[in-house]
Amino acid sequence: MGRQETLLYLDGVSVSFDGFKAINNLSLIVGHNELQAIIGPNGAGKTTMMDIITGKTRPDEGDVYFSGTVDLTKLDEAAIAELGIGRKFQKPTVFESHTIRDNLELALKKPRDVFSAWFYQPDDKDTARIDEILDMVRLTARAQELAANLSHGQKQWLEIGMLLAQDPQLLLVDEPVAGMTDAETVETAKLLKDIATTRSVVVVEHDMSFIRDLAARVTVLAEGSVLAQGSLDHVSADPRVIESYLGR
Amino acid sequence: MITQTLIRALDRKALFVVALLLFIAVAVPVSNLYLPEGHPLRVPDHFVPLFGKYLTYAMLALALDLVWGYCGILSLGHGAFFALGGYAMGMYLMRQIGDRGVYANPVLPDFMVFLNWKELPWFWHGFDMFWFAALMVVAVPGLLAFVFGWLAFRSRVTGVYLSIISQAMTYALLLAFFRNDMGFGGNNGLTDFKDILGTPIQSGTTRAVLFAASAIALALAFLVCSAIVRSKLGKVLVAVRDAESRTRFLGYRVDNYKLFAFTASAIIAGIAGALYVPQVGIINPGEFAPANSIEIVIWTAVGGRGTLIGPIIGAVLVNAGKSWFTGVLPEFWLFALGGLFVAVTILLPKGIVGAFTGGWSALKARRASARAEEGTNLSGDLKTSPAE
Repeated sequence: MGRQETLLYLDGVSVSFDGFKAINNLSLIVGHNELQAIIGPNGAGKTTMMDIITGKTRPDEGDVYFSGTVDLTKLDEAAIAELGIGRKFQKPTVFESHTIRDNLELALKKPRDVFSAWFYQPDDKDTARIDEILDMVRLTARAQELAANLSHGQKQWLEIGMLLAQDPQLLLVDEPVAGMTDAETVETAKLLKDIATTRSVVVVEHDMSFIRDLAARVTVLAEGSVLAQGSLDHVSADPRVIESYLGR
Repeated sequence: MITQTLIRALDRKALFVVALLLFIAVAVPVSNLYLPEGHPLRVPDHFVPLFGKYLTYAMLALALDLVWGYCGILSLGHGAFFALGGYAMGMYLMRQIGDRGVYANPVLPDFMVFLNWKELPWFWHGFDMFWFAALMVVAVPGLLAFVFGWLAFRSRVTGVYLSIISQAMTYALLLAFFRNDMGFGGNNGLTDFKDILGTPIQSGTTRAVLFAASAIALALAFLVCSAIVRSKLGKVLVAVRDAESRTRFLGYRVDNYKLFAFTASAIIAGIAGALYVPQVGIINPGEFAPANSIEIVIWTAVGGRGTLIGPIIGAVLVNAGKSWFTGVLPEFWLFALGGLFVAVTILLPKGIVGAFTGGWSALKARRASARAEEGTNLSGDLKTSPAE
């Protein structure tokens, strides 16, 4: 696949913190409408990779392109988010002193400048979209409650809902099922698979049965670079993967 | 669009506050000017500028609440914006003295004659015109806040570091304004005012008008703040306060939002300062003292931050307490103030208003759940005694 056809293109990316190479010559491609799972031991550089893609960390070297042409290393977080990359944090981060509906309203794709926000009035289309997302993440009944009252798993869902409201082309989802029950985990896999029919989704997760449910291409990271890639069965048969990750 | 935003700003609580302030704006001056001396409802002369001063402090606390309560920026230098607005007004009042000063110089204020200055420094030009001074009351604090905020927020200075540099800013201004060659009257500041807009500043009518102006300005500032915090803009500010990086990853330029709130707040503080000076009759570098800025934080905390109404109540109550206390036990006031801050932090972390509304909504929730239980009991036709 050439760079032009990719949605996300990382080539030879490296970054080090105080001499420690968190990401080492990492190359990775995400196609349009692709669901990709990323696994790897702690310290493999998964979160750092997301930081680089979303503009929080600048790589020391390497190329990061969105839609084949947009150089992400030149943009900041807000610009990258507006471009169409949404990110869910490892620790669910929602606006706790806002209602669930307001959380979604804030995330909804709208002009982000100060004065547009001051004079913003939700129109029928916005309300309908928020209702739709509330339904999708099963929070309709609690829409007027403060987000602080949600359980850990529900916060994860709300955050995924906020991502959807942003209407991104690419969703980066960091550990979406941490703190969820088995049933919720299965539902989450279904939801993410649904989302991936119209957008690209990159999921970082440790939960192997969840990865199996996703039935996605798996990339194994270790020590800041790609160790193996392919179906879950393929990578879990790889002796290097067993040694560095699964075996432990 | 704008009207809708304004209408939303006027919910019942806000409407009550605005109506109350407008009532005060009329009632206090009328009672002072038209009721006969000794009438039980007459507001005594010396109370008019005193209450007027409280109202300007309330406006200052309101300004701080916008940045601290809603956006999480704990500014420990808000007194600087208040003082700058005050100085701009003071410069206008100085120019109005004209040749009635001690040295009878028609152009130069007394302190400049005393310092042997031959002509007016460039930055004093224009202050003989009220409109120019009024413009500077808004522009100088606003510009300082904009430049300060632009540098600080763009470099992502947050939390305690921002508090410290804001404190350093007001301290630097304190030292600068103390210097005689700055041209602002050194440590004596600006005083001996005679006229404002052609009327004698000490007269009962002028004082009553200044009081009314303070109450109306406070009501307007309250409306503007209310329109901000009840819009999506306000929700973004709270989002920045609670989860800054989440807001950033949603695509909001957090620095611009902070800059807007900080600048708007500084402008409100500047206007408050401009109303304060003619009522107290002096502005000197002491207003830049870091302790003053910390007091503003205490008023806001006592009243309840993030409520808009709380800081107004806090500022009036604490300052009324201060006026009383410094009359009775002057040397213990600072201990009382410190004790108050500690007590509020421990016992009423959300301030007076926060405790009140918190208790009220808890009561409502209890009532609602009690009603719900009654409902199920009735539908099930069960007779149960209350489980108290």
